[in-house]
Amino acid sequence: MDQTQTFWQFVNQQSDKLWNQTWAHIGLTMISLILAIIIAVPVGILIARKQKLSGIVLGFAGVLQTIPSIALLGVMIPFLGIGPKPAILALFLYALLPVIRNTYTGIMEVNPAVVDAAKGMGMSKWQILTKVELPLAFPVLMAGIRTATVINVGVATLAAYIAAGGLGEFIFGGIALNNSNMILAGAIPAALLAIILDFLLSLVQKINLKSIRVSWLILPFVFISMSSFYLLPTQIGGRMLGGFTPEFMGREDGYLGLKSVYRLGIETVVISDAVMYKAAFEHKLDVISGYSTDGRLKAYDLITLKDDKGIFPPYYAAPVIRNEVLTKYPELEAVLNQLSGSINDSIMTALNYKVDQLKQSPEQVAMDFMVSKQLYKPSKKGTKGTVRIGSKIFGEQYILAQMYKILILGNTDLTVLTKTGLGGTKICFDALTNNQIDFYPEYTGTGFLVLLKPDKKTIKQLEGNTDGVYQYVSQAFNKQFNIKWLKPIGFNNSYALMMRKEQAQSLRIESITDLTNHLKHK
Amino acid sequence: MIKAAHLVKKFGSSTAVNSISFDVKEGENLILLGTSGCGKTTTLRMVNRLTEPDSGTIFLNGTDIRSQQPETLRRGIGYVLQNHGLFPHYTVAENIAIVPRLLKWESSKTGKRADELFEKLNLDPAIKDKYPAALSGGQQQRVGLARSLMVNPPVLLMDEPFGALDNLTRISIRKEFRVLDELVKKTIIMVTHDVQEAFEMGDRICLMDKGEIMQIGTPEDLLFRPANNFVANFLDEQRLQLELKSVLLEEILPGSAKNISVWDQMESLLQVNAYPDDAPGDALTIESLMAAFSKYKKR
Repeated sequence: MDQTQTFWQFVNQQSDKLWNQTWAHIGLTMISLILAIIIAVPVGILIARKQKLSGIVLGFAGVLQTIPSIALLGVMIPFLGIGPKPAILALFLYALLPVIRNTYTGIMEVNPAVVDAAKGMGMSKWQILTKVELPLAFPVLMAGIRTATVINVGVATLAAYIAAGGLGEFIFGGIALNNSNMILAGAIPAALLAIILDFLLSLVQKINLKSIRVSWLILPFVFISMSSFYLLPTQIGGRMLGGFTPEFMGREDGYLGLKSVYRLGIETVVISDAVMYKAAFEHKLDVISGYSTDGRLKAYDLITLKDDKGIFPPYYAAPVIRNEVLTKYPELEAVLNQLSGSINDSIMTALNYKVDQLKQSPEQVAMDFMVSKQLYKPSKKGTKGTVRIGSKIFGEQYILAQMYKILILGNTDLTVLTKTGLGGTKICFDALTNNQIDFYPEYTGTGFLVLLKPDKKTIKQLEGNTDGVYQYVSQAFNKQFNIKWLKPIGFNNSYALMMRKEQAQSLRIESITDLTNHLKHK
Repeated sequence: MIKAAHLVKKFGSSTAVNSISFDVKEGENLILLGTSGCGKTTTLRMVNRLTEPDSGTIFLNGTDIRSQQPETLRRGIGYVLQNHGLFPHYTVAENIAIVPRLLKWESSKTGKRADELFEKLNLDPAIKDKYPAALSGGQQQRVGLARSLMVNPPVLLMDEPFGALDNLTRISIRKEFRVLDELVKKTIIMVTHDVQEAFEMGDRICLMDKGEIMQIGTPEDLLFRPANNFVANFLDEQRLQLELKSVLLEEILPGSAKNISVWDQMESLLQVNAYPDDAPGDALTIESLMAAFSKYKKR
């Protein structure tokens, strides 16, 4: 990837993808919104008639609203799988509250004298609803629909986590790959989409409706015609389906390498690693991209495919720390290096398994390990200063952050603040360079390919050379970012393709080449 | 024309209307008078079935009103509310066309009838395309009345029709409405808490308290032949004015001009007295008028 590429070049180059994602985004937003309107407006009318129900219904819709989106998406995978269905259901649930509440409020705010007059003149209940109550409640109702639309455009970015497409693919891919152009190519259209849809709906809101019937016909028509552009991104047929993280999709030692080196032709969807393993286990995906030390491998009975052409070189994990911090607290380097050499691949996998599958807390796992290796010392409760440890948002990083915390508290007079769960490589690294954290565990491969983005020649030269990559990033980070790579912890972490054990065995797939051949001959 | 028998309506544990019966003759104005909470509005709303009685029956032209669909019944009964109840999202023209449209009138017929009523009610035709919010209170009330009169229903129910107007507008509109030919022929039940209004507008007054009828009769019945202390006390505060207004000049001085109340005569005498030079020598004086009135009362 060319480092000096401008935003417009990126958009030009990726225009196909951008259009697909934008339409998918509109489709997700609109379909869920229409469903929400179809359900929520009658519910709003009902609770305006039966006041006793209003508390329960609004409370329930409010509770739905507070469920974190990614959690809601995760919960739905066993029932609805991955792809647009769970995404639309989740967006639908989020859109319910504003529409129900505004329909209810709008109808309740209609002057009772007007309704009384309508009744007294001999209008039927249906006539009162369609000619008096709904037209008068319409502006408030539309305000609710507008709120729901803006919410949905925002939440729909998360649909990328469960392979439903949308502009989230670029946004999260960009965050994972440290590619600002990619982030903007997703974020700007999403923002524009919210503004444009809101504006269009504001025009509809201003229409003075004598009778709601006209709009009843127009609105769904507009929405549906817009939604029809949305071609569901997954036509899951007989072929195998690969689910890869946004980061994997954009990396040379990821999907790009799979395509160029192995000529792997597999249908892919973009998905978050938080739900990826589970989706594979649930037979929603067949091939996923994972980390070789991930504890969930064991938990979900997955096996890694042999990388027989060596596109996933092993990379060291090591703490990266700002030089300023080391100058201020020179004792820190030796303390952090105590961990070096004590964790190999299988130990790390076992530790990850405890957190990911046995649901032990990272604190507990880290503590048990440190005690067993005699690295634990009681906290000195020092007051010299504070060190801020960051971590990315997966188990392994949480465990490492806790280990470093134990080391620092026991061996120095410093206190520790952990800022765990930073969303991705870019967020973590930006936090480091912007003096929001002091260090975090990073992987040399990520530092090399994602953060430094060297030219093709350098990549070729250092391919598979684990130590060479470590040397290269150490020097480059020191020079470019004033950041030091400490000693590697000992285990390697690399990408791996994974499949369900039983499926791989029954198809006799052991390596990525086997997989490529299997897909070719099908 | 309208006959109500033993109406009872309870809201929860409180009794709003407790077994009341009354008749309204064709062309008559019956006023339901009382303080708020006396059950007068509930009674009125039972006539067009906006409220259904717990027991008792109302007959309209001899038939039980429950034998009709409530919507059909209401389309044949005019209904005027205190806050006019005009649809804020309809123009004036659309507002007054609501009932004709429910009855599937042709638009030319609706237009003609609207023009007629606009003229009778002194409404500027230019307001037809305006929305109710752009009208003055008096105009809104007139449009509200026009709307209820559009299909010329034989019966009109009015719930505090002047209640939302300021004092001056109220008095002038009341005077206008009283002589409006459209209203004179109609059978009207009107609810008010204003004693003056009741005496001015009503052929008969039904004074209510706590869901029961205290007395039903002509203004003079209530004034001079109160059925009980409640009725007498209720009117006491404005008794003199009411008496002067309800007694006709010819009743105390036989042979004098007809259909002039003592009150009106006094008003014109007082105006004349402001300019004593214009007063005709043999004319009635305030003093002689008062003397005749007290003599009439002692009778």
